[in-house]
Amino acid sequence: MSPDKMTHMANQIAAFFKTQPHVDAAAEIAAHINDFWEPRMRAQLFDHVRAGGAGLDPFVIEAVEKDLVAPA
Amino acid sequence: MKDFIIPSDDRDMGTPAKTGAPVTLTVDGFQVTVPEGTSVMRAAAEIGIEVPKLCASDNLEAFGSCRLCVVEIEGRRGTPASCTTPVAEGMVVNTQTPRVKKVRKGVMELYISDHPLDCLTCSANGDCELQDMAGAVGLRDMRYTSGRNHYDASGAGTLAQGDMRARAAGTDLGNPDYIPKDDSNPYFSYDPSKCIVCNRCVRACEEVQGTFALTIEGRGFDSRVKAGNAGDDFLTSDCVSCGACVQACPTATLQEKSVVEMGTPDRSVVTTCAYCGVGCSFKAEMKGNELVRMVPYKHGKANRGHSCVKGRFAYGYAHHPDRILSPMIRDRIDEPWREVSWEEALNFAAQRLKRLQATYGRRSIGVITSSRCTNEETYLVQKLARGVFLNNNTDTCARVCHSPTGYGLGQTYGTSAGTQDFDSVEKTDVVMVIGANPTDGHPVFASRLKKRLRQGAKLIVVDPRRIDLVRSAHVEAAHHLPLRPGTNVAVVTAMAHVIVTEGLTDDAFIRARCDTESFADYMEFVSDPRHSPEAVETLTGVPAAELRAAARLYAKGGNASIYYGLGVTEHSQGSTTVIGIANLAMLTGNIGREGVGVNPLRGQNNVQGSCDMGSFPHELPGYRHVKHADARKIYEDLWGVEIDPEPGLRIPNMLDAAVDGTFKGLYCQGEDILQSDPDTKHVAAGLAAMECVIVHDLFLNETANYAHVFLPGSSFLEKDGTFTNAERRINRVRRVMAPRATYADWEVTQLLAQAMGATWTYTHPSQIMAEIAATTPSFAGVDYALLDELGSVQWPCNEAAPEGTPLMHVEGFKRGKGRFIVTEYVATDERTGPRFPLLLTTGRILSQYNVGAQTRRTANTAWHPEDLLEIHPHDAETRGIKEGDWVRLSSRSGETTLRAALTDRMSPGVVYTTFHHPDTQANVITTDYSDWATNCPEYKVTAVQISPSNGPTDWQEDYAAQAAQARRILPAAE
Ligand code: SF4
Ligand code: SF4
Ligand code: SF4
Ligand code: FES
Repeated sequence: MSPDKMTHMANQIAAFFKTQPHVDAAAEIAAHINDFWEPRMRAQLFDHVRAGGAGLDPFVIEAVEKDLVAPA
Repeated sequence: MKDFIIPSDDRDMGTPAKTGAPVTLTVDGFQVTVPEGTSVMRAAAEIGIEVPKLCASDNLEAFGSCRLCVVEIEGRRGTPASCTTPVAEGMVVNTQTPRVKKVRKGVMELYISDHPLDCLTCSANGDCELQDMAGAVGLRDMRYTSGRNHYDASGAGTLAQGDMRARAAGTDLGNPDYIPKDDSNPYFSYDPSKCIVCNRCVRACEEVQGTFALTIEGRGFDSRVKAGNAGDDFLTSDCVSCGACVQACPTATLQEKSVVEMGTPDRSVVTTCAYCGVGCSFKAEMKGNELVRMVPYKHGKANRGHSCVKGRFAYGYAHHPDRILSPMIRDRIDEPWREVSWEEALNFAAQRLKRLQATYGRRSIGVITSSRCTNEETYLVQKLARGVFLNNNTDTCARVCHSPTGYGLGQTYGTSAGTQDFDSVEKTDVVMVIGANPTDGHPVFASRLKKRLRQGAKLIVVDPRRIDLVRSAHVEAAHHLPLRPGTNVAVVTAMAHVIVTEGLTDDAFIRARCDTESFADYMEFVSDPRHSPEAVETLTGVPAAELRAAARLYAKGGNASIYYGLGVTEHSQGSTTVIGIANLAMLTGNIGREGVGVNPLRGQNNVQGSCDMGSFPHELPGYRHVKHADARKIYEDLWGVEIDPEPGLRIPNMLDAAVDGTFKGLYCQGEDILQSDPDTKHVAAGLAAMECVIVHDLFLNETANYAHVFLPGSSFLEKDGTFTNAERRINRVRRVMAPRATYADWEVTQLLAQAMGATWTYTHPSQIMAEIAATTPSFAGVDYALLDELGSVQWPCNEAAPEGTPLMHVEGFKRGKGRFIVTEYVATDERTGPRFPLLLTTGRILSQYNVGAQTRRTANTAWHPEDLLEIHPHDAETRGIKEGDWVRLSSRSGETTLRAALTDRMSPGVVYTTFHHPDTQANVITTDYSDWATNCPEYKVTAVQISPSNGPTDWQEDYAAQAAQARRILPAAE
């Protein structure tokens, strides 16, 4: 998937959870991605964050670092 | 075999059933007790006494015009019509007295005097109520000499048309009263010479269909049925070809052309329409293994005896010459197809798939299930992925329509399904239709809705386009909120703002039924003035006062229900809008009883079922996430394999992975992703990058241009199974003829699994349903015997609800307490700008279905030969575009050309088209943006520009050339 498309999708998810009151947005974002993103998509997201995470919402970066399950 | 179901009680009881206090009367010496308000005719019918009738039918209110149904009632004068006379306590009725017999004979005699006596060669022979009644009243003579009449073109005046032709030669004076047949409708004819002016057709069009296309023109002897206005025929009138009038007509006046050609059927099988999510029940009326006609089934609980043009008439695709009946393979997509045996095709496919998995890994192949196939077939296809490929790469076209419904309702209420049955609309007082166009997309539901609206229920329409429901015959929306595409969340949240800040909430409901913490958060969020209708008016384009009035009506107008469609889901914030809708219903307590609720109108017939059956890559059947070991264990124990705990790829992800080179093989059943999915060029690139694409379909569809294996499919007439409609209703599909290409679709999937080494041994779809019931709690009670007995059943169907569940969340929500979720509006990144200043939104039309693969291969093209671009006259004028001009439609994804239709249904700045024809390929234009939660594509908002053009784009021409190349079939080897 193109990096632009991936960052766009991840940021869209962040845009929802960021606005939810009283939740740990990063944890929710990570949980959502764990539930719906296939391992190779998550791997691409990991790689992108490791490479600096250009274009990603800071909450996505936090989510990846904290709670994203590394693909088997 | 129990396959041939003789419909139970199909008698016409004469007048509609009533509800009321019991009333006891005596008819011909027998006592009968019926509800107050029942007609004498119906009371008699209840005890098996049939009073002769012509103008009465139990799906129409009594009219009382023919006077054939007269009876005598003790203590009353004269001979009242039994159809219009309500019962009374202690009434004593005689249906056969010398006096009424005489009246009836006289009536019949008059009818016959202006009716040809060619019963033997009439298309309704054997199926004509006039004929039956002439027999029933014992008419033996006709004392009128032939005079003025309507049936005899020559004016010679004879009752038999053969005679008439013989006598007419040379002396044809012409008959000024003769009206020729109207054959303009492709499916039925209107022969005025046989009309007895009983008015049933006119009433059916009004009361059942709600179109008001017919009137009785002229008076007395001159009166005849007329479609539309002066100069109209059936085709040019408002008639939508639903067939209700044909069904109602007691004579051959309105008659299916198929019956005219083939004669009357000799048996019938009850089955389910394979088009839309209403899921209408039909009787497939057969003669040998030929289908003579499809007649809506009176006891069908979704349609209650009504139908639309698609289910009723558009089944001819099943015998279209384009159907591919032999399996085909090719090594590369630039080669022509080779016809081969089933065995060779299946082995070729299995070898390739196995090789791909060996080379590129277990997760390099996947499946797409179809919302047009049965539950049993869908279950098997996902089982192929999970149990044979050993991955979760399974998805369904529901991804591209209702996946946000699953997410949104799942998060708020705890189930991914509509809350009501269709009957519920009869109890509703306020209906809000959001992003749906029921008169075109869900016609039979629309007819039932319109009926309720004519009884006084109020309507709110939220749609960028002035859909027909906003104003049509005897229906007018109280409020139409013409929002800018993409601002659904802002509008729904503003409605909630009004309800909360004006104190219109149902506090008792919220306290008892909803999660209080989430409610407090939501209150705080939604009462912020930035969500007020005034604050969002410039964004949404909806006048604040109108929005406020609509919100008040929804909250306080009595039982309020919401029906929504793809105009809600197919957006970047599709899931958020579904959540917003769920919030509205909870705020106002409109959930958990008849007449209220949240109802997704599903596009294709089995969208609900395909989601239920575990088509999604993260969910096992019954919506259980694959991460849960206990859910996996059920299947692991049964299938003897290990289920992958990781979610699989969704359709757009599959295509992305294909372009990246990690996804190589696809088995695609009954779907045409190249035409139906957004951003056609990207889909084509993904397909072209795969090494084994297996298309399993009736026709060489667009996706097959990129396929290596083609497996012929079976139509719904050729297989057994079940469909689940938008009300969660599981309906039987029954095989009425043998599969034309040898195998039903479920058998083909099983053969492919076997070729890959599986040991499946199903011999009938009922065994597949048994496995589904054994493994899925909400289906635990479903089996074919129960479906045969009850006709249909709505899930959950299990020990707690042995006969199914018409209404959900009655006592409490599925998840316990209803959960409010904050719905912040986030603008889509698809924005208009100088290059693309207009917004395109898409939809569908009544006579065509989805990508049109079926309907384009029927006479339905009489109504919709091509896709048109609807554009506001103002936008057209500034671009120099006139009605019917070719225009170029371009977006950042691509461009195409089609013809313009100028209409003020659209607001300026918004254009609209349908996607039924592959030559137009509206999806070349749509982008890869999608719903944040589910990746459901954003079909409904694309920034576009429009300019005059003189013909197809280069891309369209290249596409057509590639398609022609890819569709070549080598003659079979000797
Ligand atoms: S086919 Fe339907 S819409 Fe057309 S005239 Fe008959 S009842 Fe009316
Ligand atoms: S067309 Fe048929 S239903 Fe209509 S008035 Fe004539 S006979 Fe009756
Ligand atoms: S409303 Fe839908 S299910 Fe009913 S006949 Fe029409 S297409 Fe078929
Ligand atoms: S059936 Fe009663 S008047 Fe026609």
